[in-house]
Amino acid sequence: MNNKMRVTSNLSAVERRQIPRHDMETFRRIVAEALSAGQRVVSFFGCKTGDAGTTELLMVLADDANSTVGLLSTVVNGSRFESMTPACPQLHLFEREIFEQFSLRPEGHPWLKPVRYPHGDMPAGTGDFYRVEGEAVHEVAVGPVHAGIIEPGHFRFQCHGEEVFHLEIALGYQYRGIEEALGNGANPRGVHLAETIAGDTSIGHSMAYCQTLEALAGREAPVKAQVIRAILLELERLANHTGDLGALSGDIAFLPTASFNGRIRGDFLNMTALLCGNRFGRGAVRPGGVGCDLEYARAKSLQKALAQGMADVRNAVELLFDTPSVLARFEHTGTVPASVASAFGAVGPAARASGVAQDIRTDHPSGFFRFAQIPMMTCDTGDVYARAYVRWLEIQQSVRFIEEVACDLPDGILRTELGPLRPDHVAVSMVEGWRGQLTHVAITDAEGRICRRKVTDPSFHNWSLLAYALRNQQISDFPLCNKSFNLSYCGHDL
Amino acid sequence: MIDVIKARWFQKYRTIKYPMAPPPPLPERFRGVPVVQTQRCQKECDACIQACPVQALERMPGRSCIVTDLGRCIFCGACQDACPSQAIFFDRDHRMSTDKRGDLLVSQERQLPLARGMSDAIHRVLGRSLKLRQVSAGGCNACEADVNVLNTLAWDLGRFGIQFVASPRHADGMLITGPVTRNMASALQATYDAIPTPKIVIATGACAISGGLFRGHDACLDGVHGIPVDLFIPGCPPHPLTILDGLLRLIHRLPADEPADRDPQGGF
Repeated sequence: MNNKMRVTSNLSAVERRQIPRHDMETFRRIVAEALSAGQRVVSFFGCKTGDAGTTELLMVLADDANSTVGLLSTVVNGSRFESMTPACPQLHLFEREIFEQFSLRPEGHPWLKPVRYPHGDMPAGTGDFYRVEGEAVHEVAVGPVHAGIIEPGHFRFQCHGEEVFHLEIALGYQYRGIEEALGNGANPRGVHLAETIAGDTSIGHSMAYCQTLEALAGREAPVKAQVIRAILLELERLANHTGDLGALSGDIAFLPTASFNGRIRGDFLNMTALLCGNRFGRGAVRPGGVGCDLEYARAKSLQKALAQGMADVRNAVELLFDTPSVLARFEHTGTVPASVASAFGAVGPAARASGVAQDIRTDHPSGFFRFAQIPMMTCDTGDVYARAYVRWLEIQQSVRFIEEVACDLPDGILRTELGPLRPDHVAVSMVEGWRGQLTHVAITDAEGRICRRKVTDPSFHNWSLLAYALRNQQISDFPLCNKSFNLSYCGHDL
Repeated sequence: MIDVIKARWFQKYRTIKYPMAPPPPLPERFRGVPVVQTQRCQKECDACIQACPVQALERMPGRSCIVTDLGRCIFCGACQDACPSQAIFFDRDHRMSTDKRGDLLVSQERQLPLARGMSDAIHRVLGRSLKLRQVSAGGCNACEADVNVLNTLAWDLGRFGIQFVASPRHADGMLITGPVTRNMASALQATYDAIPTPKIVIATGACAISGGLFRGHDACLDGVHGIPVDLFIPGCPPHPLTILDGLLRLIHRLPADEPADRDPQGGF
């Protein structure tokens, strides 16, 4: 295996020259073998090389069973390479991204079109859409501006009456140039930009960002900071899962839980603000540690608020799952079988709801999760019910975790100096955000400056699942299916 | 049904009394408006100006006074951490919305003039019923989330006659978030054009006001330009109370001439 890929673990930096560089044919073969052996694509992206006309393609694979990460690369000469998507569907969006960012055409890609429309030559949401033809078939176009207070995206439905045959999702409206800004030396806005990759995942992305820098510098955050980070990450999960269960309830017009959870979500956000002053955790995670302490008295207040929050959310959510009319709408709606979820490389609660047992906190633990485990929660029906129920199970686990650790913090400092980053190294950092696995890959140049950062939000893996889930569903169930994934537009668009 | 009633009883009545009663307490570590007290400054020290990731601090030409642009500020506290002489304080006041972009420039010598809201002529038409269309033009979803919070039962925005609506044709105005990405510019303009006049525009968050963290990015247009803005709500993201305060000032539901009592150490 060693000459095929550089095997390492989450959060360790490896020398760039140790990553095996294969010719395209061998690269394809190794990737196909690894995926058929159960590995997953974590990231696949292009890097500039010193030579004009060539591009390096770097693949990051995760072996969940062995808690390892594998890196391998290939170099493309010219402007085309043979697409791997027909054999490995989970690469479809990564290849489209490479096509868009590096003008490399993946020959044989079944649906090649832009991802984010970043160049200004083509307005977002334009180009070909897959069409179903027929006498009674009609097309419904929604967006970019949606009806609620929500981010922009374009949805194109091919319908037969109320039934959806096909849904295509076109994004890119939120493209802000984050990856470019973070991949060019030390940007003073760095950690702040990481916090805004997806505002509802500020903690998750800032953790992944800081952990790449720590790995490249060969340092670790102090233990106390690692515990505080873990608490913040679980608080973020609590707020969002609670909000999602309320929103799912709202989408089927079950107003009690929708109303209660809308408020309780705010209570969890306020617990994050208790730690750092900001409801979304801005300023909490900093390179080398954290920006806020959790003193004993504050931890006690947190525990008290958490107990109240848990009592409220238990009452609201048990009402939801005890109501037959709710179950009638949740069950068998938007079903994604495990085989499809795996084929698309699904991550997070959406994958676990389809029975794909995979959680970075368990499979590739980093930071404090190496010492304190949170049990992985799965369902197997893959429908809206499963995605809702997995969230409820995870809420209970997160509360239990915070209750256990919050008042028992180790002593010590909150932050360490990082010092210079090691030159010509690659660091991979995966974090189980509330939406699932989010990945930052950072590469340094010969001077130890960041020369490339690849950010992969869980939404990037999961948007295709939403499109799949809508097949043969009523179009009126779109909001419900959409909310059951609750994917990020800005996290995808960067 | 009986379970719903029991749950309703358990969850209690939770809508805040504000503005009839004091607002809910802010978090202890909340960062309000930052002011540089230049008499405490060390000579020739520009540490805060250098530390600011979004260039929100600037020294007045030829003067020692340092001006903070709340339209750029992301309230991260980097200036406070960098200051060697504890000359920077973030106050604990949630109120910071203004009528004009220039009003967001504050210093030791110039307090924040809070928004006075709509003109009386507009107020007669929209003051008691204001329907808004929200457009996220590159927002990270934090501003959007804390605008959405105002629709929960804890805040119950509807009791002030303010409602977010699904169509610009039903709207009296638009609340914009995000730095206005190139990919959203035409959709934003089309939404604005579709709203019947007279119309109100609210720029919410550092991104919509100045581009925020994305100012200078090729992919963005540095906030709202070419559309007249009636209310600026700074923050990254603004606290829900800050947004509510701005909206209530807009419709004259809060006294406009109330002095801003900004005690750097104090709280509610």
